[in-house]
Amino acid sequence: MLDVKAGDEQSFALLLHRYRTPLVNFLYRMVRNREQAEDLAQEVFLRVYRAREDYVPSAKFTTWLFRIATNLALNSVRDNRYQRMEISLDAPVTVDAEDGEEKALDVAEKHPNIEQHLVEETRKKMIRHAIEKLPEKQRAAVLLHKYQELDYGEIAKILQCSESALKSLLFRAYETLRVELAPLVAQHGK
Amino acid sequence: MSCARMENKILGYVDGRLKEGERLEMEKHLETCAACRLRVNEFRAVTGLLDELPLIEPSTAFDARVHALVAAEPVKQSWWAAFLPSPRVAFAASMLLLMTVLVGKYSTPTQPQIAQDDIPVLENYDVLSNFDVLTELPPPVQADEAPDANVQMN
Repeated sequence: MLDVKAGDEQSFALLLHRYRTPLVNFLYRMVRNREQAEDLAQEVFLRVYRAREDYVPSAKFTTWLFRIATNLALNSVRDNRYQRMEISLDAPVTVDAEDGEEKALDVAEKHPNIEQHLVEETRKKMIRHAIEKLPEKQRAAVLLHKYQELDYGEIAKILQCSESALKSLLFRAYETLRVELAPLVAQHGK
Repeated sequence: MSCARMENKILGYVDGRLKEGERLEMEKHLETCAACRLRVNEFRAVTGLLDELPLIEPSTAFDARVHALVAAEPVKQSWWAAFLPSPRVAFAASMLLLMTVLVGKYSTPTQPQIAQDDIPVLENYDVLSNFDVLTELPPPVQADEAPDANVQMN
């Protein structure tokens, strides 16, 4: 980031390459809309670029980056500007394609073991819905803890709370997930 | 350690982020508490389930869109740059200055214009010499005549 601050455009490209996937995934899981997640991620990078000259390395770059992303995501969710994509029970079954894009697919033609595939998809859907049902701040805490593997101090800075408050927040979130995913948790334990 | 005190440390134990002393204390508690052992196992199961969600890749146009946004950003200027004129204004001002210099340099100098009506007045000295007000003035008083004048008055 210090190279970007010094005006090195190539360093910005490296920064973009390194953080675009974790950032887009974090935002996708926050807003549940791929297109919107990418728009927000682009806004994050633009803000990083704009703030490059004022950047002071007082905290880790990832903390700063995800703080911008979290604020944008929370505002987006709270403003209800972006509608989550609701999947109708009557709609064709969807699967995650190789690039993760959810696309309608004729399962019978393309998957050899339909039953196993449907079971896997139902599991993923349950997990996604359990995460979506968490209150926004708990959801952000879980995503930063589980998928970005940030330490408690960093997540607390991002969410602007104390470390002990964050631990309580995470405990409540995992408790909710444990209850919501009880059938899968029981299977997992066998 | 009581179960209530364990709550905020159970996740740290599951993901291996507890300090050595805390971890040993937790393990000692788990030896005697079946409820907390179950909770630890269930939290492990939850984190395992979260791992099942696949990652998505940004679209192929993502980088290009970010670079386009960055390229469209106005160049940031320093505070004193606000006092500098824009190139167009600076060019216009310099051209005006140049024109002024050229006109001043190559134009022929002209005599100051005197109103034609004033010339006869200035050249006609008789008007001044015959001016009644000037001729009717009393003769100037000499300095050594002044005391005699006082005596005669007395």
